[in-house]
Amino acid sequence: MDHLPTNNPNSLKQLSEMDLLNDLSQPYHGVKTWFRAARVQDFPENGGACVRYKDLQIAVFNFTRRNEWYACQNLCPHKMQMVLSRGMIGSHQGEPKIACPFHKKTFSLKTGECLNAEECTIMVYPVRIEDGYVHIGLTG
Amino acid sequence: MLGGGLLGLEAAKALLDLGLETHVVEFAPRLMPRQIDDTGSAVLAHKLSQLGITVHTGKNTKKIAGNGKLEGLEFTDNTSLDIEMLVISAGIRPRDELAKSCGLHVHVKGGIVVDNHLRTNDESIFAIGEAAVHNNMVYGLVAPGYEMADIVVNQILGEAAKQFTGFDMSTKLKLIGVDVASFGDPFGETAGSIPIAFQDKHNGVYKRINISHDGKYLLGGILIGDASQFNIFHQMVANKMPLPAQPETLIIGSPGKNEEGAGVKSLPETAQICSCENVSKGDLICQITEHGAISVDDLKKKTKACTGCGGCTPMVNDILKTTLESLGHKIKKTLCEHFEFSRQELFDIIKVKGIKTYDALLNSVGKGDGCEVCKPAVASLLASIWNELIAEQDTIQDTNDRYLANIQRGGTYSVVPRIAGGEITPAKLMAIGRIAQKYGLYTKITGGQRIDMFGARMDQLPEIWEELILEGFESGHAYGKALRTIKSCVGSTWCRYGVQDSVSFAIFIEDRYKGLRAPHKIKGAVSGCIRECAEAQSKDFGVIATEKGWNLYVCGNGGARPQHAKLFASDVDTETCVKLIDRFLMFYIKTADPLTRTATWLNKMEGGLDYLRDVVINDSLGICESLEVEMKELIANYHCEWKKVVENPQLRSRYKHFINDDEPDSTIAFVEMRDQKIPVDWNKRNI
Repeated sequence: MDHLPTNNPNSLKQLSEMDLLNDLSQPYHGVKTWFRAARVQDFPENGGACVRYKDLQIAVFNFTRRNEWYACQNLCPHKMQMVLSRGMIGSHQGEPKIACPFHKKTFSLKTGECLNAEECTIMVYPVRIEDGYVHIGLTG
Repeated sequence: MLGGGLLGLEAAKALLDLGLETHVVEFAPRLMPRQIDDTGSAVLAHKLSQLGITVHTGKNTKKIAGNGKLEGLEFTDNTSLDIEMLVISAGIRPRDELAKSCGLHVHVKGGIVVDNHLRTNDESIFAIGEAAVHNNMVYGLVAPGYEMADIVVNQILGEAAKQFTGFDMSTKLKLIGVDVASFGDPFGETAGSIPIAFQDKHNGVYKRINISHDGKYLLGGILIGDASQFNIFHQMVANKMPLPAQPETLIIGSPGKNEEGAGVKSLPETAQICSCENVSKGDLICQITEHGAISVDDLKKKTKACTGCGGCTPMVNDILKTTLESLGHKIKKTLCEHFEFSRQELFDIIKVKGIKTYDALLNSVGKGDGCEVCKPAVASLLASIWNELIAEQDTIQDTNDRYLANIQRGGTYSVVPRIAGGEITPAKLMAIGRIAQKYGLYTKITGGQRIDMFGARMDQLPEIWEELILEGFESGHAYGKALRTIKSCVGSTWCRYGVQDSVSFAIFIEDRYKGLRAPHKIKGAVSGCIRECAEAQSKDFGVIATEKGWNLYVCGNGGARPQHAKLFASDVDTETCVKLIDRFLMFYIKTADPLTRTATWLNKMEGGLDYLRDVVINDSLGICESLEVEMKELIANYHCEWKKVVENPQLRSRYKHFINDDEPDSTIAFVEMRDQKIPVDWNKRNI
């Protein structure tokens, strides 16, 4: 937490110029790579798909109705299954969420917090759209 | 995990969830030394060991060994423990460096000393939270911190402020199914207090209450293994509610759910319900009666109750329910936060407005983005009303309907072709065998007289189905809330006892209703004689042959709460039997709540079986003709979903694990059992 780019006026400027489509209040500190995952039209509308980045599996969700994109780990922490991308998206009091297809544990796509059980918080990633491609912000 | 306190045990659970071999090391002779006693600790330690956490108590750590890399812990009793990772949660050390350098009084064990006004020895400086020591206590929880902040703010603003006189440290937590609670005076330190304890080693339950010397009041206690009474006990202590004549009855015997509701009624309005946000029963009632709160969510928003630890949610629910009831409210049954309608209302809306998509319905009568409750419910309605290809709206389907297969442990799917009535030719049997072998699938005969092939990767599903369809198979809809199978006995063609051809009738019915989507799965059966070998009386609808025709039974169920089907019509001919089933199924599809099987639907129906007979047989509502017409349309619209997908390159292209890579999921793993593959046990998976 010592190296928030928001402390740095240059990175602040960069951020504001980016075409960030998900929640702007989310900090993007530590994003080193914007991984170009796939074309926008490859993703289902109002649904998700799994993106491979090296050995990492990332679930990416296209909230067409809200014109927003979210990404999180594909692994459901409850039973360690690589399935979150196949879950149903939705909202809880306006908060975008994903429901695991196995046991319907739901997770906020803004914070990664489990909304209906005591599962641990999942990793969420920033997403931006550029030149018709979906990019995922990675810290490593 | 160094530290066996409240936070330490929560962290140990997280380590266990990561699939790590977990040990808890505690300096004190017992776990959670601030909250529970030795017996409670022993019960808890036993429970934890069953979960796979090893507990070491009374261990004084001398050294963290290793050079550049962690190797182990060494204890003062000359024992040691090999470890690769260490998480430390060993109490609070107040950050009092600044205070010290300013000359404020600090406690010998650390922490800024404050009085009942939370003032330090410099009257213009306050200290709150974990930095402060009040009456030799450092409070490490958020709730006392909030109260301290409240008191200090009021003093700074010059408003009347109460004094801080200590804080109720009652707590309840759950560690993978193990309840632990401690309230009031857990150790019976109050003068003259009398402990009453109950221990059930078999079930890992320990309950202890401490009552006042005159037996009138509850002072505190400990609950392990079953903390369902925590809320009410906590309230009894906080509100000094009188004890029953035999206080031991409080902890002996299992409390029913009703008691909790009744318990809420007996609480005074001042009773604090949410201790995190300090919300009283009176505050909640006021929101309901004066400000129109009608849901727990409303109460959460307006009072913040339930938003901290969530432990008060059952009580808030009870208060809401009893208060609404006292106001004469009838609670409206709605699907979820996105639709203010019941399933039956939505059925009519979709039909009348001619709505064909989920998005159109949400735009028209819903709000927000939908969720995992309303999406599949609406998907089922759309399918039951229009019977269009569900794959066209794949993202509103539950995963099984989205991929037209049943997801199984490990993330692979199972494949079930339709085998109507359980009748199959040797050639088709061999085709299934050949295809299962080719793709390395696990095979098993199902309870519905067909064959299930497990372990197919998502990307293999279209190929497997292409081959099955070439061999003459169709989708078995095992993945849908839809008609599954019509089970049959061999009947009069072969059986010396059979009085009707049950197999032919079963195949006819299965072909008639195949692909029919409903609020829940539907199963049927046909038996060729009274011996009932097809077990038709355990099905949603069952037919049993008689000398004169068929007896029709409805609303039976196997599953968790078995229920025999009820005799609906006797000795009817084949045509009448089919007509009655048409009407019955359509009436069920139109009126049942989501995920309600026919048995539950009938159990909840006002008027019960007589009413159902009146509607379906005597046409008391005058709807039978339209029920038959609607069923006819659905049957006419039947299509094999898998055939459509296999023939459509765009739909087919969705069957891959990665959107940006053609490789399958590399984390899928199998082991062998009895010459077939099974997935690796997900409780032992490490990723």
